[in-house]
Amino acid sequence: MSAVIDHTAHAGHDHHHGPAKGLMRWVLTTNHKDIGSMYLWFSFIMFLVGGSMAMVIRAELFQPGMQIVEPEFFNQMTTMHGLIMVFGAVMPAFVGLANWMIPLMIGAPDMALPRMNNFSFWLLPAAFGILLSTLFTEAGGPNFGWTFYAPLSTTYAPESVTFFIFGVHLMGVSSIMGAINVVATILNLRAPGMTLMKMPLFVWTWLITAFLLIAVMPVLAGCVTMMLMDIHFGTSFFSAAGGGDPVLFQHVFWFFGHPEVYIMILPAFGAVSAIIPAFARKPLFGYTSMVYATASIAFLSFIVWAHHMFTVGIPLTGELFFMYATMLIAVPTGVKVFNWVSTMWRGSMTFEAPMLFAVAFVILFTIGGFSGLMLAIAPADFQYHDTYFVVAHFHYVLVPGAIFGIFASAYFWLPKWTGHMYDEVLAKTHFWMSFIGMNLAFFPMHFVGLAGMPRRIPDYNLQFADFNMISSIGAFTFGASQLLFLFIVIKCIRGGKPAPAKPWDGAEGLEWSVPSPAPYHTFSTPPEVK
Amino acid sequence: MRESTLTIGQLTLRLCGVVVAMFAFGFALVPIYDVMCQAFGINGKTSASAYQGAAEVDASREVKVQFVATNAADMVWGFEPVAAQLTVSPGSVQEMRFIAHNPTDKPMTAQAIPSVSPSKAAAYFHKTECFCFTQQVLQPGERIEMPVRFIVDRDLPADVHRLTLGYTLFDITARKPPVPVAGR
Repeated sequence: MSAVIDHTAHAGHDHHHGPAKGLMRWVLTTNHKDIGSMYLWFSFIMFLVGGSMAMVIRAELFQPGMQIVEPEFFNQMTTMHGLIMVFGAVMPAFVGLANWMIPLMIGAPDMALPRMNNFSFWLLPAAFGILLSTLFTEAGGPNFGWTFYAPLSTTYAPESVTFFIFGVHLMGVSSIMGAINVVATILNLRAPGMTLMKMPLFVWTWLITAFLLIAVMPVLAGCVTMMLMDIHFGTSFFSAAGGGDPVLFQHVFWFFGHPEVYIMILPAFGAVSAIIPAFARKPLFGYTSMVYATASIAFLSFIVWAHHMFTVGIPLTGELFFMYATMLIAVPTGVKVFNWVSTMWRGSMTFEAPMLFAVAFVILFTIGGFSGLMLAIAPADFQYHDTYFVVAHFHYVLVPGAIFGIFASAYFWLPKWTGHMYDEVLAKTHFWMSFIGMNLAFFPMHFVGLAGMPRRIPDYNLQFADFNMISSIGAFTFGASQLLFLFIVIKCIRGGKPAPAKPWDGAEGLEWSVPSPAPYHTFSTPPEVK
Repeated sequence: MRESTLTIGQLTLRLCGVVVAMFAFGFALVPIYDVMCQAFGINGKTSASAYQGAAEVDASREVKVQFVATNAADMVWGFEPVAAQLTVSPGSVQEMRFIAHNPTDKPMTAQAIPSVSPSKAAAYFHKTECFCFTQQVLQPGERIEMPVRFIVDRDLPADVHRLTLGYTLFDITARKPPVPVAGR
């Protein structure tokens, strides 16, 4: 045990506290780095599974007319693509980053609740195993859209909906436990001197995200529980025949659903706030305003949910309230974009892969934000509602927002995780292929959406043919470039130029004070933060 | 570690408390939604309170009340109002009858769900008696007339000249099997 003091001098795995050998290491591990890696790998597998479904969708939409799949299967693909990307790819990726980086950033030896951490990860393969198994049932998987509006998901649902409900319960439990763990770690395990306002922004945004998760995941659990009771126990929460109301479903769902979209983007805000200063070689502009802007966005996310429901017939005062409250979110978001741009202003910028993804994040997320503002205008939303314009909007905030944030984080911290530098040329190729592919795929959707092409339909009018073909080509490019990413990561794990403790000369933070790769145990004695 | 006064265990317990409370809040949204709908007349939910307005009729004003009867999906009954429209004065008690007919050879149970539009007028539409308050059982081939009595509030906004009272009839036989009648 006396070796703890100088154990950073040893390589991680020949230390007597190193990981166990074999498969059981991963099943039983309570180490935050192991669990973080498992989360990241799981989310990447789900990203490829959900991405394959997107490829099926784009292949069907390559040309007008029914081409490849039956409409029933197309519906299952749109539904499962959404569910898997939201709950299986983006959220676990951020939990993985949190597991890896938060203890390293605040000088903690591990997460506060390591056994719960293990359990919350291993719930996920179970949840998605259940969800994906529905595709092999006779009646098929969920086909009611990822928003599973009643009565499509109750009265008219395939029988597999019960599996879907149970799967959502499991992922909800997993997310809630992960969030409790993050809050407990951040509030209780900071190194001496690491005050709240000295925490890196990734830690701040994750703290706020964790509170959002704790507040809204139980509401989602309640929502699917009500569905379960309507389907199997004869209640009528959402059934008009028994005095219930399908519109109530939408209120309950979006009370969860709107904070959920910020759950998927706030950690990316935090990661980008670490990466841009590192490559601009300047401290982050407006740290305090970043913290308050994040908190304001989180608060506002609770009072805007009905902007998803402008067309269901809410009263005029309601439309106005939700319209203005939604537009208000542009203010703190604008503060953040301003701060990122100001950080870059007159910086000594270099454009390694993490920075490329981060800069693309700022530009493209802002485009997604602007189309969000257009959708927030209640009278205009009556035209945009349920068209491809909405699809373009949320893919612009999720793909170059959340997912580019994850790519940027992965390249930024890969040297710390693996001890090797990734292949910069291949990484830049990955960036440009993703950037071009993603814009080709989603930008034309703005035009076909404004022209009236409805979403979630396997066929379309001839006038939309050219733009849809461009979208499909872009989507295939984007999809193929993710296989390159897989190759880059594996290559980086297996070898490459050895990474120094701090591979980026502008980077700040405690995680760069430990060697690369980070030893299995770090900060067993807390560092002193001045 | 210095700032937090709670141990990890205490903090976790409190956060679990928040989780339980938010789960309950999800279910609390159901009555909250009903109260909101009643209070603002959203969704065409009519006023549940007794008519509080003045007893005398406002003969200077005329409001057209239209009646719509719709069958929900898979409902096979005949269902229609005896008249499509009434012209009423606010404050007066009116009656309209709806005819329901079960053309099948099985006894069936039905429930009518009302809705008033425009929704801002819903709170000013008071039903004193309605077949929608109860479930209807019809024997094979049976036909009944079902009354609804209502008062249009004298405080109805002046720009509302036309109201629509719509009923949707749902088949709830599977949920509430009708009691078979002896001898049939």
